[in-house]
Amino acid sequence: MTRLAWIRLAIVLGAFAALEWLVQSGRISTHTMIPPTRMVTELWAILASGELTGDITQTLGNVAIACLLSVTVGFVVGAGIHAIPRLRRALDPFLTTYYAVPFFVFYPLLVYIFGMNNLPMIAIGFMFAVVAMIINTLNGLDKIPRVYDKVARMHQMSRASMALRIQIPAAAPNLFTGLKLSVAYAFIGVIASEFILAPGGLGYAIAFAYDNFDNETMYALMLFILVLVTAINMTLHYLEQRLLRRQGF
Amino acid sequence: MSRSSVYAIDIALVVLGIVVVWQLLHMGAGDVAISSPAATALRAGELLLSDAFWPHAAETGLALFYALVIALMIGLGVGTLLGGHRLSGDVAEPILVALYSLPKITLYPVILLVFGLGLEAKVAFGAIHGVIPVTIFTMNAVKNINPVFLRTSRVLGMGPMQTATHILLPATLPEIVSGLRVGFSLTLLGVIIGELFASHRGMGFLVMRAIGTHDVTTMMAVTLLLAVAAVLIASLLLYIDNRLHRRV
Repeated sequence: MTRLAWIRLAIVLGAFAALEWLVQSGRISTHTMIPPTRMVTELWAILASGELTGDITQTLGNVAIACLLSVTVGFVVGAGIHAIPRLRRALDPFLTTYYAVPFFVFYPLLVYIFGMNNLPMIAIGFMFAVVAMIINTLNGLDKIPRVYDKVARMHQMSRASMALRIQIPAAAPNLFTGLKLSVAYAFIGVIASEFILAPGGLGYAIAFAYDNFDNETMYALMLFILVLVTAINMTLHYLEQRLLRRQGF
Repeated sequence: MSRSSVYAIDIALVVLGIVVVWQLLHMGAGDVAISSPAATALRAGELLLSDAFWPHAAETGLALFYALVIALMIGLGVGTLLGGHRLSGDVAEPILVALYSLPKITLYPVILLVFGLGLEAKVAFGAIHGVIPVTIFTMNAVKNINPVFLRTSRVLGMGPMQTATHILLPATLPEIVSGLRVGFSLTLLGVIIGELFASHRGMGFLVMRAIGTHDVTTMMAVTLLLAVAAVLIASLLLYIDNRLHRRV
Protein backbone atom coordinates (compact mmCIF):
# COMPACT_ATOMS: atom_id res chain seq x y z
CA MET A 1 0.00 0.00 0.00
CA THR A 2 1.17 3.52 -0.67
CA ARG A 3 1.74 6.09 2.05
CA LEU A 4 -1.43 7.95 1.03
CA ALA A 5 -3.51 4.80 1.38
CA TRP A 6 -2.11 4.23 4.89
CA ILE A 7 -3.02 7.78 5.93
CA ARG A 8 -6.52 7.28 4.50
CA LEU A 9 -6.95 4.01 6.39
CA ALA A 10 -5.75 5.71 9.60
CA ILE A 11 -8.30 8.52 9.14
CA VAL A 12 -11.21 6.11 8.59
CA LEU A 13 -10.19 3.93 11.55
CA GLY A 14 -9.65 7.07 13.66
CA ALA A 15 -13.17 8.26 12.85
CA PHE A 16 -14.62 4.91 13.94
CA ALA A 17 -12.51 4.92 17.11
CA ALA A 18 -13.69 8.45 17.95
CA LEU A 19 -17.32 7.39 17.43
CA GLU A 20 -16.77 4.32 19.60
CA TRP A 21 -15.34 6.49 22.39
CA LEU A 22 -18.12 9.11 22.13
CA VAL A 23 -20.84 6.47 22.51
CA GLN A 24 -19.05 4.28 25.08
CA SER A 25 -18.34 7.29 27.30
CA GLY A 26 -22.00 8.32 27.12
CA ARG A 27 -21.38 11.60 25.28
CA ILE A 28 -23.74 10.39 22.56
CA SER A 29 -26.81 8.59 23.89
CA THR A 30 -27.28 4.94 22.89
CA HIS A 31 -30.81 5.91 21.83
CA THR A 32 -29.21 7.86 18.98
CA MET A 33 -26.16 5.80 18.07
CA ILE A 34 -24.66 2.46 18.99
CA PRO A 35 -20.88 1.83 19.24
CA PRO A 36 -19.32 0.70 15.92
CA THR A 37 -18.05 -2.53 17.52
CA ARG A 38 -21.65 -3.44 18.40
CA MET A 39 -22.66 -2.67 14.79
CA VAL A 40 -20.05 -5.16 13.58
CA THR A 41 -21.01 -7.95 16.00
CA GLU A 42 -24.71 -7.34 15.30
CA LEU A 43 -24.12 -7.43 11.54
CA TRP A 44 -22.16 -10.66 11.91
CA ALA A 45 -25.03 -12.22 13.85
CA ILE A 46 -27.56 -11.11 11.22
CA LEU A 47 -25.49 -12.43 8.33
CA ALA A 48 -24.80 -15.73 10.13
CA SER A 49 -28.47 -16.28 10.99
CA GLY A 50 -29.44 -15.82 7.34
CA GLU A 51 -32.69 -14.03 8.20
CA LEU A 52 -31.92 -11.17 5.81
CA THR A 53 -30.36 -13.15 2.95
CA GLY A 54 -33.60 -12.75 0.98
CA ASP A 55 -33.61 -8.96 1.44
CA ILE A 56 -29.96 -8.69 0.44
CA THR A 57 -30.36 -10.76 -2.75
CA GLN A 58 -33.51 -8.82 -3.66
CA THR A 59 -31.78 -5.44 -3.37
CA LEU A 60 -28.65 -6.56 -5.19
CA GLY A 61 -30.71 -8.21 -7.92
CA ASN A 62 -32.76 -5.06 -8.50
CA VAL A 63 -29.64 -2.88 -8.57
CA ALA A 64 -27.98 -5.25 -11.05
CA ILE A 65 -30.99 -5.25 -13.41
CA ALA A 66 -31.36 -1.45 -13.20
CA CYS A 67 -27.63 -1.03 -13.93
CA LEU A 68 -27.58 -3.41 -16.85
CA LEU A 69 -30.65 -1.79 -18.42
CA SER A 70 -29.44 1.77 -17.92
CA VAL A 71 -25.93 1.12 -19.23
CA THR A 72 -27.24 -0.61 -22.39
CA VAL A 73 -30.11 1.80 -23.07
CA GLY A 74 -27.99 4.83 -22.06
CA PHE A 75 -25.23 3.84 -24.48
CA VAL A 76 -27.59 3.19 -27.40
CA VAL A 77 -29.60 6.37 -26.81
CA GLY A 78 -26.42 8.41 -26.27
CA ALA A 79 -24.91 7.15 -29.52
CA GLY A 80 -28.21 7.84 -31.31
CA ILE A 81 -28.43 11.41 -30.02
CA HIS A 82 -24.79 12.01 -30.89
CA ALA A 83 -25.48 11.07 -34.51
CA ILE A 84 -28.05 13.91 -34.86
CA PRO A 85 -26.26 17.15 -33.86
CA ARG A 86 -29.38 19.29 -34.04
CA LEU A 87 -31.34 17.01 -31.69
CA ARG A 88 -28.36 16.86 -29.40
CA ARG A 89 -28.07 20.64 -29.12
CA ALA A 90 -31.77 20.93 -28.28
CA LEU A 91 -31.60 18.13 -25.69
CA ASP A 92 -28.45 19.40 -23.94
CA PRO A 93 -30.13 21.79 -21.48
CA PHE A 94 -32.67 19.08 -20.56
CA LEU A 95 -29.95 16.50 -19.93
CA THR A 96 -27.90 18.85 -17.74
CA THR A 97 -30.90 19.88 -15.63
CA TYR A 98 -32.36 16.35 -15.47
CA TYR A 99 -30.99 15.59 -12.02
CA ALA A 100 -32.56 18.75 -10.58
CA VAL A 101 -36.01 17.19 -11.05
CA PRO A 102 -36.91 15.06 -8.04
CA PHE A 103 -38.09 11.96 -9.97
CA PHE A 104 -38.54 10.23 -6.74
CA VAL A 105 -42.04 11.58 -6.32
CA PHE A 106 -43.13 9.30 -9.17
CA TYR A 107 -42.30 6.22 -7.15
CA PRO A 108 -45.64 5.87 -5.32
CA LEU A 109 -47.36 6.38 -8.67
CA LEU A 110 -45.29 3.57 -10.22
CA VAL A 111 -46.27 1.29 -7.33
CA TYR A 112 -49.87 2.19 -8.07
CA ILE A 113 -49.45 1.29 -11.76
CA PHE A 114 -47.20 -1.81 -11.57
CA GLY A 115 -48.26 -3.09 -8.16
CA MET A 116 -46.15 -3.88 -5.12
CA ASN A 117 -43.28 -5.79 -6.72
CA ASN A 118 -39.75 -5.26 -7.99
CA LEU A 119 -40.72 -3.41 -11.17
CA PRO A 120 -41.28 0.09 -9.69
CA MET A 121 -37.93 -0.06 -7.88
CA ILE A 122 -36.08 -1.16 -11.00
CA ALA A 123 -37.86 1.62 -12.92
CA ILE A 124 -36.73 4.30 -10.44
CA GLY A 125 -33.17 2.92 -10.37
CA PHE A 126 -33.19 2.98 -14.17
CA MET A 127 -34.57 6.55 -14.37
CA PHE A 128 -31.81 7.68 -12.00
CA ALA A 129 -28.98 5.86 -13.71
CA VAL A 130 -29.74 6.07 -17.43
CA VAL A 131 -29.13 9.81 -17.90
CA ALA A 132 -25.66 9.63 -16.33
CA MET A 133 -24.81 6.98 -18.95
CA ILE A 134 -26.30 9.05 -21.82
CA ILE A 135 -24.34 12.17 -20.77
CA ASN A 136 -21.07 10.26 -20.47
CA THR A 137 -21.58 8.45 -23.78
CA LEU A 138 -22.03 11.86 -25.44
CA ASN A 139 -18.92 13.23 -23.70
CA GLY A 140 -16.91 10.19 -24.75
CA LEU A 141 -17.97 10.37 -28.41
CA ASP A 142 -17.27 14.13 -28.41
CA LYS A 143 -13.67 13.58 -27.44
CA ILE A 144 -12.76 11.27 -30.34
CA PRO A 145 -10.25 13.14 -32.51
CA ARG A 146 -11.37 13.83 -36.10
CA VAL A 147 -8.24 12.21 -37.45
CA TYR A 148 -9.46 8.76 -36.26
CA ASP A 149 -12.43 9.17 -38.56
CA LYS A 150 -10.18 9.91 -41.49
CA VAL A 151 -7.94 6.92 -40.73
CA ALA A 152 -11.02 4.66 -40.63
CA ARG A 153 -12.17 6.00 -43.98
CA MET A 154 -8.72 5.53 -45.50
CA HIS A 155 -8.80 1.88 -44.41
CA GLN A 156 -12.34 1.64 -45.78
CA MET A 157 -13.63 0.24 -42.50
CA SER A 158 -17.29 -0.69 -42.30
CA ARG A 159 -19.60 1.22 -39.92
CA ALA A 160 -19.66 -1.75 -37.50
CA SER A 161 -15.91 -2.31 -37.35
CA MET A 162 -15.37 1.44 -36.99
CA ALA A 163 -17.67 1.45 -33.96
CA LEU A 164 -16.06 -1.63 -32.45
CA ARG A 165 -12.41 -0.91 -33.20
CA ILE A 166 -12.25 2.88 -33.01
CA GLN A 167 -15.19 4.62 -31.38
CA ILE A 168 -15.86 2.36 -28.39
CA PRO A 169 -12.17 1.99 -27.38
CA ALA A 170 -11.59 5.74 -27.80
CA ALA A 171 -14.65 6.61 -25.71
CA ALA A 172 -13.93 3.88 -23.13
CA PRO A 173 -12.73 6.15 -20.28
CA ASN A 174 -15.94 8.19 -20.40
CA LEU A 175 -18.08 5.09 -20.86
CA PHE A 176 -16.48 3.70 -17.72
CA THR A 177 -17.29 6.91 -15.82
CA GLY A 178 -20.88 6.46 -17.01
CA LEU A 179 -20.89 2.88 -15.73
CA LYS A 180 -19.52 3.97 -12.34
CA LEU A 181 -22.14 6.70 -11.96
CA SER A 182 -24.88 4.31 -13.11
CA VAL A 183 -23.96 1.86 -10.36
CA ALA A 184 -24.01 4.62 -7.73
CA TYR A 185 -27.33 6.06 -8.96
CA ALA A 186 -28.98 2.65 -9.28
CA PHE A 187 -28.09 1.93 -5.65
CA ILE A 188 -29.51 5.29 -4.55
CA GLY A 189 -32.70 4.80 -6.56
CA VAL A 190 -33.39 1.23 -5.46
CA ILE A 191 -32.56 1.69 -1.76
CA ALA A 192 -34.48 4.97 -1.49
CA SER A 193 -37.54 3.31 -3.10
CA GLU A 194 -37.32 0.45 -0.63
CA PHE A 195 -37.39 3.02 2.14
CA ILE A 196 -40.69 4.48 1.02
CA LEU A 197 -42.69 1.41 0.09
CA ALA A 198 -41.52 -2.07 -0.80
CA PRO A 199 -42.24 -5.76 -0.30
CA GLY A 200 -38.71 -6.26 1.09
CA GLY A 201 -35.06 -5.41 0.57
CA LEU A 202 -32.31 -3.72 2.55
CA GLY A 203 -33.88 -0.24 2.56
CA TYR A 204 -37.16 -1.75 3.73
CA ALA A 205 -35.38 -3.68 6.49
CA ILE A 206 -33.69 -0.46 7.71
CA ALA A 207 -36.97 1.50 7.69
CA PHE A 208 -38.67 -1.40 9.49
CA ALA A 209 -35.96 -1.46 12.18
CA TYR A 210 -36.23 2.33 12.55
CA ASP A 211 -40.00 2.17 13.02
CA ASN A 212 -39.54 -0.47 15.72
CA PHE A 213 -36.77 1.39 17.60
CA ASP A 214 -34.46 -1.52 16.78
CA ASN A 215 -31.24 0.52 16.63
CA GLU A 216 -28.97 -2.54 16.62
CA THR A 217 -30.40 -3.98 13.39
CA MET A 218 -30.72 -0.53 11.81
CA TYR A 219 -27.09 0.45 12.33
CA ALA A 220 -25.81 -3.03 11.45
CA LEU A 221 -27.61 -2.84 8.09
CA MET A 222 -26.43 0.73 7.45
CA LEU A 223 -22.87 -0.43 8.03
CA PHE A 224 -23.48 -3.30 5.62
CA ILE A 225 -24.66 -0.97 2.85
CA LEU A 226 -21.81 1.49 3.42
CA VAL A 227 -19.17 -1.26 3.34
CA LEU A 228 -20.77 -2.97 0.32
CA VAL A 229 -21.04 0.22 -1.77
CA THR A 230 -17.51 1.32 -0.82
CA ALA A 231 -16.14 -2.11 -1.83
CA ILE A 232 -17.93 -1.96 -5.21
CA ASN A 233 -16.68 1.59 -5.79
CA MET A 234 -13.10 0.64 -4.95
CA THR A 235 -13.23 -2.34 -7.31
CA LEU A 236 -14.56 -0.14 -10.14
CA HIS A 237 -11.93 2.51 -9.37
CA TYR A 238 -9.19 -0.14 -9.58
CA LEU A 239 -10.51 -1.43 -12.92
CA GLU A 240 -10.71 2.13 -14.23
CA GLN A 241 -7.10 2.86 -13.31
CA ARG A 242 -6.02 -0.30 -15.16
CA LEU A 243 -8.05 0.70 -18.21
CA LEU A 244 -6.53 4.20 -18.22
CA ARG A 245 -3.01 2.84 -17.81
CA ARG A 246 -3.50 0.47 -20.72
CA GLN A 247 -4.62 3.42 -22.84
CA GLY A 248 -1.43 5.26 -21.89
CA PHE A 249 -2.94 8.06 -19.78
CA MET B 1 -33.61 31.93 -40.20
CA SER B 2 -30.95 32.81 -37.65
CA ARG B 3 -29.12 30.18 -35.62
CA SER B 4 -30.71 31.22 -32.33
CA SER B 5 -34.27 31.07 -33.65
CA VAL B 6 -33.64 27.56 -35.06
CA TYR B 7 -32.39 26.64 -31.59
CA ALA B 8 -35.51 28.12 -29.95
CA ILE B 9 -37.73 26.12 -32.32
CA ASP B 10 -35.78 22.93 -31.55
CA ILE B 11 -36.21 23.47 -27.80
CA ALA B 12 -39.94 24.08 -28.32
CA LEU B 13 -40.12 20.84 -30.35
CA VAL B 14 -38.49 18.91 -27.50
CA VAL B 15 -41.02 20.34 -25.02
CA LEU B 16 -43.83 19.47 -27.44
CA GLY B 17 -42.42 15.95 -27.73
CA ILE B 18 -42.48 15.57 -23.92
CA VAL B 19 -46.12 16.73 -23.81
CA VAL B 20 -47.11 14.33 -26.63
CA VAL B 21 -45.46 11.34 -24.89
CA TRP B 22 -47.18 12.35 -21.65
CA GLN B 23 -50.57 12.55 -23.42
CA LEU B 24 -50.01 9.11 -24.98
CA LEU B 25 -49.09 7.64 -21.56
CA HIS B 26 -52.24 9.20 -20.16
CA MET B 27 -54.36 7.68 -22.92
CA GLY B 28 -52.73 4.30 -22.36
CA ALA B 29 -52.83 4.21 -18.56
CA GLY B 30 -56.01 6.21 -17.90
CA ASP B 31 -56.97 8.90 -15.38
CA VAL B 32 -56.39 6.70 -12.33
CA ALA B 33 -52.66 6.44 -13.03
CA ILE B 34 -51.57 9.50 -15.04
CA SER B 35 -53.57 12.70 -15.42
CA SER B 36 -53.56 14.41 -18.82
CA PRO B 37 -51.15 17.33 -19.46
CA ALA B 38 -54.07 19.77 -19.78
CA ALA B 39 -55.74 18.69 -16.53
CA THR B 40 -52.39 18.78 -14.70
CA ALA B 41 -51.55 22.25 -15.98
CA LEU B 42 -55.03 23.48 -14.98
CA ARG B 43 -54.64 22.03 -11.47
CA ALA B 44 -51.15 23.58 -11.22
CA GLY B 45 -52.69 26.96 -12.11
CA GLU B 46 -55.34 26.50 -9.39
CA LEU B 47 -52.63 25.65 -6.86
CA LEU B 48 -50.62 28.76 -7.78
CA LEU B 49 -53.71 30.93 -7.20
CA SER B 50 -54.76 29.27 -3.92
CA ASP B 51 -53.68 30.59 -0.51
CA ALA B 52 -53.14 27.10 0.92
CA PHE B 53 -50.32 26.31 -1.50
CA TRP B 54 -47.84 29.12 -0.83
CA PRO B 55 -46.92 28.30 2.80
CA HIS B 56 -45.86 24.83 1.59
CA ALA B 57 -43.80 26.25 -1.27
CA ALA B 58 -42.23 28.75 1.15
CA GLU B 59 -41.35 25.95 3.59
CA THR B 60 -39.58 23.96 0.89
CA GLY B 61 -37.86 27.09 -0.42
CA LEU B 62 -36.66 28.05 3.06
CA ALA B 63 -35.34 24.53 3.78
CA LEU B 64 -33.57 24.52 0.40
CA PHE B 65 -32.08 27.96 1.04
CA TYR B 66 -30.72 27.07 4.51
CA ALA B 67 -29.38 23.74 3.25
CA LEU B 68 -27.61 25.43 0.31
CA VAL B 69 -26.07 28.12 2.57
CA ILE B 70 -24.76 25.46 4.97
CA ALA B 71 -23.47 23.27 2.12
CA LEU B 72 -21.74 26.27 0.51
CA MET B 73 -20.12 27.53 3.71
CA ILE B 74 -18.78 24.11 4.75
CA GLY B 75 -17.89 23.13 1.18
CA LEU B 76 -16.01 26.37 0.44
CA GLY B 77 -14.17 26.29 3.78
CA VAL B 78 -13.13 22.64 3.70
CA GLY B 79 -12.50 22.71 -0.07
CA THR B 80 -10.17 25.72 0.23
CA LEU B 81 -8.20 24.11 3.08
CA LEU B 82 -7.86 20.76 1.25
CA GLY B 83 -7.00 22.47 -2.04
CA GLY B 84 -4.30 24.61 -0.42
CA HIS B 85 -2.49 21.67 1.14
CA ARG B 86 -1.37 19.09 -1.39
CA LEU B 87 -1.07 16.05 0.92
CA SER B 88 -4.45 16.63 2.62
CA GLY B 89 -6.09 17.01 -0.78
CA ASP B 90 -4.54 13.80 -2.13
CA VAL B 91 -5.60 11.90 0.98
CA ALA B 92 -9.11 13.34 1.03
CA GLU B 93 -10.11 13.10 -2.64
CA PRO B 94 -10.89 9.34 -2.86
CA ILE B 95 -12.67 9.54 0.51
CA LEU B 96 -14.84 12.41 -0.78
CA VAL B 97 -15.60 10.58 -4.02
CA ALA B 98 -16.57 7.47 -2.03
CA LEU B 99 -18.88 9.57 0.18
CA TYR B 100 -20.34 11.19 -2.94
CA SER B 101 -21.53 7.88 -4.37
CA LEU B 102 -22.91 6.46 -1.12
CA PRO B 103 -26.70 6.19 -0.97
CA LYS B 104 -27.06 8.87 1.71
CA ILE B 105 -30.72 8.00 2.07
CA THR B 106 -29.50 5.13 4.26
CA LEU B 107 -28.48 7.73 6.84
CA TYR B 108 -31.91 9.36 6.97
CA PRO B 109 -33.00 7.57 10.17
CA VAL B 110 -29.84 8.87 11.90
CA ILE B 111 -30.72 12.43 10.87
CA LEU B 112 -34.23 11.93 12.26
CA LEU B 113 -32.85 10.55 15.53
CA VAL B 114 -30.49 13.52 15.90
CA PHE B 115 -32.68 16.40 14.67
CA GLY B 116 -36.22 15.13 15.23
CA LEU B 117 -39.07 15.74 12.78
CA GLY B 118 -39.23 19.17 11.21
CA LEU B 119 -37.30 21.82 9.36
CA GLU B 120 -33.91 20.99 10.94
CA ALA B 121 -33.96 17.39 9.69
CA LYS B 122 -34.84 18.50 6.14
CA VAL B 123 -32.12 21.15 6.12
CA ALA B 124 -29.53 18.71 7.48
CA PHE B 125 -30.49 16.05 4.96
CA GLY B 126 -30.35 18.53 2.07
CA ALA B 127 -27.00 19.89 3.27
CA ILE B 128 -25.29 16.47 3.50
CA HIS B 129 -26.31 15.87 -0.13
CA GLY B 130 -25.02 19.23 -1.37
CA VAL B 131 -21.85 19.67 0.65
CA ILE B 132 -19.69 17.02 -1.03
CA PRO B 133 -19.87 18.24 -4.65
CA VAL B 134 -19.21 21.82 -3.50
CA THR B 135 -16.17 20.60 -1.52
CA ILE B 136 -14.80 18.55 -4.44
CA PHE B 137 -15.20 21.36 -6.99
CA THR B 138 -13.72 24.01 -4.63
CA MET B 139 -10.79 21.77 -3.76
CA ASN B 140 -9.93 21.19 -7.42
CA ALA B 141 -10.35 24.88 -8.24
CA VAL B 142 -7.97 25.97 -5.47
CA LYS B 143 -5.51 23.18 -6.31
CA ASN B 144 -5.36 24.23 -9.96
CA ILE B 145 -4.86 27.98 -9.46
CA ASN B 146 -2.06 29.25 -11.65
CA PRO B 147 0.91 29.60 -9.23
CA VAL B 148 1.96 32.79 -11.04
CA PHE B 149 -1.15 34.51 -9.62
CA LEU B 150 -0.13 33.68 -6.06
CA ARG B 151 3.48 34.74 -6.66
CA THR B 152 2.25 38.02 -8.14
CA SER B 153 0.19 38.70 -5.04
CA ARG B 154 3.26 38.09 -2.88
CA VAL B 155 5.37 40.38 -5.04
CA LEU B 156 2.73 43.11 -4.78
CA GLY B 157 2.68 42.66 -1.00
CA MET B 158 -1.03 41.86 -0.82
CA GLY B 159 -2.47 40.80 2.55
CA PRO B 160 -4.43 37.53 3.01
CA MET B 161 -7.79 39.33 2.72
CA GLN B 162 -6.78 41.14 -0.45
CA THR B 163 -5.37 37.92 -1.93
CA ALA B 164 -8.66 36.18 -1.19
CA THR B 165 -10.92 38.84 -2.74
CA HIS B 166 -8.69 39.88 -5.65
CA ILE B 167 -7.07 36.59 -6.63
CA LEU B 168 -8.54 33.44 -5.07
CA LEU B 169 -12.20 34.33 -5.56
CA PRO B 170 -12.07 35.49 -9.20
CA ALA B 171 -9.79 32.59 -10.16
CA THR B 172 -11.95 29.90 -8.57
CA LEU B 173 -15.42 31.37 -9.17
CA PRO B 174 -16.25 29.44 -12.36
CA GLU B 175 -15.51 26.07 -10.75
CA ILE B 176 -17.35 27.05 -7.58
CA VAL B 177 -20.44 27.91 -9.62
CA SER B 178 -20.17 24.48 -11.31
CA GLY B 179 -20.06 22.91 -7.85
CA LEU B 180 -23.04 24.96 -6.75
CA ARG B 181 -24.96 23.81 -9.84
CA VAL B 182 -24.37 20.13 -9.07
CA GLY B 183 -24.89 20.80 -5.36
CA PHE B 184 -28.20 22.55 -6.01
CA SER B 185 -29.74 19.50 -7.72
CA LEU B 186 -28.64 17.14 -4.96
CA THR B 187 -29.68 19.51 -2.16
CA LEU B 188 -33.16 19.83 -3.66
CA LEU B 189 -33.38 16.04 -3.94
CA GLY B 190 -32.33 15.71 -0.29
CA VAL B 191 -34.89 18.26 0.91
CA ILE B 192 -37.72 16.67 -1.11
CA ILE B 193 -36.88 13.14 0.06
CA GLY B 194 -36.85 14.52 3.61
CA GLU B 195 -40.33 15.93 3.08
CA LEU B 196 -41.65 12.70 1.55
CA PHE B 197 -40.79 10.68 4.65
CA ALA B 198 -41.41 12.70 7.72
CA SER B 199 -42.93 16.12 7.39
CA HIS B 200 -46.21 17.96 7.75
CA ARG B 201 -45.36 20.86 5.49
CA GLY B 202 -43.66 21.47 2.16
CA MET B 203 -44.06 20.36 -1.45
CA GLY B 204 -42.94 16.78 -0.70
CA PHE B 205 -45.66 16.56 1.94
CA LEU B 206 -48.26 17.83 -0.58
CA VAL B 207 -47.25 15.03 -2.94
CA MET B 208 -47.52 12.41 -0.20
CA ARG B 209 -50.91 13.73 0.95
CA ALA B 210 -52.24 13.70 -2.64
CA ILE B 211 -51.07 10.10 -3.02
CA GLY B 212 -52.76 9.18 0.26
CA THR B 213 -56.10 10.47 -1.06
CA HIS B 214 -55.54 9.03 -4.58
CA ASP B 215 -55.60 12.53 -6.02
CA VAL B 216 -53.37 11.83 -9.04
CA THR B 217 -54.00 15.21 -10.68
CA THR B 218 -52.80 17.19 -7.63
CA MET B 219 -49.82 14.87 -7.17
CA MET B 220 -48.75 15.40 -10.75
CA ALA B 221 -49.47 19.14 -10.62
CA VAL B 222 -47.20 19.60 -7.57
CA THR B 223 -44.52 17.49 -9.27
CA LEU B 224 -44.85 19.57 -12.43
CA LEU B 225 -44.43 22.83 -10.48
CA LEU B 226 -41.40 21.41 -8.67
CA ALA B 227 -39.87 20.19 -11.93
CA VAL B 228 -40.43 23.51 -13.73
CA ALA B 229 -38.98 25.51 -10.81
CA ALA B 230 -35.99 23.16 -10.56
CA VAL B 231 -35.28 23.26 -14.31
CA LEU B 232 -35.55 27.07 -14.39
CA ILE B 233 -33.12 27.54 -11.47
CA ALA B 234 -30.75 24.92 -12.87
CA SER B 235 -30.85 26.58 -16.33
CA LEU B 236 -30.04 29.95 -14.79
CA LEU B 237 -27.07 28.43 -12.94
CA LEU B 238 -26.00 26.67 -16.15
CA TYR B 239 -26.14 29.97 -18.04
CA ILE B 240 -24.00 31.75 -15.39
CA ASP B 241 -21.66 28.75 -15.30
CA ASN B 242 -21.13 28.79 -19.09
CA ARG B 243 -20.58 32.55 -19.17
CA LEU B 244 -18.02 32.44 -16.36
CA HIS B 245 -16.15 29.59 -18.01
CA ARG B 246 -16.06 31.36 -21.36
CA ARG B 247 -14.74 34.56 -19.79
CA VAL B 248 -11.65 32.88 -18.35
